[in-house]
Amino acid sequence: MSNEKMTILIDGVAVEATEGQTILQAAADAGIYIPRLCNHKDLLPGGHCRICTVKINGRPGSSCTFPVADGLVIENDTDELNAMRRAIVEMLFVEGNHYCPSCEASGNCELQALGYRLGMINPEYPYQEPKNEIDATHDDVYIDRDRCVLCGRCARASVQLDGKRVFGFDGRGLGTRIAVNSPDGLGGTNLSVDDRAATICPTGCLRVKGQGPDIPVGQRAYDSTPIGSDIERKQTVKQAT
Amino acid sequence: MAVSTSNQKRKVVINPVTRVEGHGKVTIQLDENGHVERTRFHIIEFRGFERFVQGRMYWEAPIIVQRLCGICPVSHHLAASKAMDVVAGVDQVSPTAEKMRRLMHYGQTYQSHALHFFHLASPDLLFGFDAPVEKRNVLAVLAEYPDVARKAVLMRQYGQEVIKATSGKKIHGTGSLPGGVNKNLGAAERDTLQARVDTMIEWAVEGLELCKTITKADLDKLVKFGSFESNFMSIVAEDGCMDLYDGKLRVIDADGEKIFDQVAPADYLDYIEEEVRPWSYMKFPFIKSLGKEKGWYRVGPLARVNACDYIDTPIAEKERQEFMALGGGRPVHATMAYHWARMIETVHAAEKMKELLADPDLQGTELRRKGERRNRGVAWIEAPRGTLFHHYEVDEQDKITLANLIVSTTNNNEAMNEAVRVIADQYLDGKEITEGLLNHIEVGIRAYDPCLSCATHALGQMRLQVRLTDARGHLIDEKLRG
Ligand code: SF4
Ligand code: SF4
Ligand code: FES
Repeated sequence: MSNEKMTILIDGVAVEATEGQTILQAAADAGIYIPRLCNHKDLLPGGHCRICTVKINGRPGSSCTFPVADGLVIENDTDELNAMRRAIVEMLFVEGNHYCPSCEASGNCELQALGYRLGMINPEYPYQEPKNEIDATHDDVYIDRDRCVLCGRCARASVQLDGKRVFGFDGRGLGTRIAVNSPDGLGGTNLSVDDRAATICPTGCLRVKGQGPDIPVGQRAYDSTPIGSDIERKQTVKQAT
Repeated sequence: MAVSTSNQKRKVVINPVTRVEGHGKVTIQLDENGHVERTRFHIIEFRGFERFVQGRMYWEAPIIVQRLCGICPVSHHLAASKAMDVVAGVDQVSPTAEKMRRLMHYGQTYQSHALHFFHLASPDLLFGFDAPVEKRNVLAVLAEYPDVARKAVLMRQYGQEVIKATSGKKIHGTGSLPGGVNKNLGAAERDTLQARVDTMIEWAVEGLELCKTITKADLDKLVKFGSFESNFMSIVAEDGCMDLYDGKLRVIDADGEKIFDQVAPADYLDYIEEEVRPWSYMKFPFIKSLGKEKGWYRVGPLARVNACDYIDTPIAEKERQEFMALGGGRPVHATMAYHWARMIETVHAAEKMKELLADPDLQGTELRRKGERRNRGVAWIEAPRGTLFHHYEVDEQDKITLANLIVSTTNNNEAMNEAVRVIADQYLDGKEITEGLLNHIEVGIRAYDPCLSCATHALGQMRLQVRLTDARGHLIDEKLRG
């Protein structure tokens, strides 16, 4: 892969990019946060959630999968796009059963943090109230599908980082669910608690057992700064130097 | 919703509106001669508690159950944590964890008692039970006793700050978890709290003095008001000392003799049974060995002060002795004595907070312990309103399969019925529900501080529905308040 430099324009700001990067990566390197959920820096992009949608030369596309090209004109932080992202987050909320106050992931959950960042107050869509049972068959890890956002991170991590095939999708449309490759549930798979897949879930869905809310309120990932702040902090540094 | 119970050919009507809004509902039934035959005090808040946690992971219980009760979430948070300590195989949490939890609990007791006494009870006591409803509220206290009202607000605030420092938030924090806690007390947090703790003791003592002055001024009336004799239940320490956070169960009879003592949480089912009655959503617990008729008891501040042998903080202990003198060697039985006992506990909680804040263990770093998983966990705590039981069964996969909670208000269920019966007997005049009767019932129920929204309604006015029926159950009169 060549290291050819190029320039793209994000919300009117010229950003230097390297060939082979996605728009989302190039933006992040420049300290610009594009909201995302299924994306993870250690995984190949999945393009599942569409929260990272930007306008590329006027047309919507997912920035986590779209490669940079010289001269691309990108819209990111616009009311229209943020409203669309908020709508997706709302749909994810109503499609599951998210009782944040009694969820052990609260404060560290990327879905919840996106809800806050995007200004979600109360979902306008009707709650689907799916009926799920917790899969606690594994000794060290459990799945609470009430909190799954079908981001596929666990599935990609299992293949790409752990060299296993523990997770996959099952069903279609609203019936889609995260599945495991054993009829006996997670306990029947070769998942280990040390696998990256075991801790890569952005929500409270796939969790190591026994933790509970072990990080005190005030010290959790998104207690004092919104999601994306780590990326935006880079920008401050850049402008200061 | 109307349910026909075919075998009895009787219609039980459950009013869905009342159910949502949480009225206290009182039915007074007269006999053929027009005397009070029996009364029923219905509370409809606590159904389905247990369902919420079934199927959930055991370490989630402390944060789930605190959502079930808006009035004393910390008590549920801690009781569930203690039960889940057992499940996690931890018999003794670290000193830091134990003391953080205790501090949280005393903070909660302090603020809850302060709220109760100043916001809910003091208007009745300061202005009289017969004062107009508009007068018997905290705004009137604010107008006529501004200093009392101001301190009350700051006392509550202090308790809430203690809760925040120990659990992360003023309400619904996460501080306590199976096996311990998730934080210690930072030196800065300690210093802020320590700076005001002496004032908090002082103000609690002032509140207690106020309560005593009012009570003594009208002692004859207050001692009789809605009073009856009963057994009392409380947790006590191994040596019989008052302990609001942990200990074994003691029940004394009306003369103060022990019915049982030092019962461990795991054995509670050998001693306590719960009766279901068709007309009430709430169960009626009773002491097995005494049976349904005689086995009911009272819990809460009065029960605790009566049941303990001593209190391990100096001011509260001196006050306890003075208080117990009222009983002349027997327990104090007066319903209105609950307030006095509550204020003694408020002082005790403040003294305890002072003691804890000076303890370096709170800055310790061993927060959480682990152990060998078990399938059953039972624990209790003395919540502000009385003994609170949490019992869980957890399967091999760490899922909760069963939960049984006996909340303070359930423990006081029969006692509140009894208080209402006595008051109806004392104040029912003819076949009409007068304002006076309504007021007195309200004051009587409030002494027990039931944790239902009707008891802590805005401005301290209780949402109450009182129905009067004749011997055959026909409605004679009905009044609604709130
Ligand atoms: S997974 Fe996230 S959004 Fe869902 S309940 Fe938990 S904290 Fe809330
Ligand atoms: S379990 Fe977690 S990581 Fe896997 S798809 Fe669901 S939300 Fe994503
Ligand atoms: S982050 Fe791009 S589609 Fe999910």
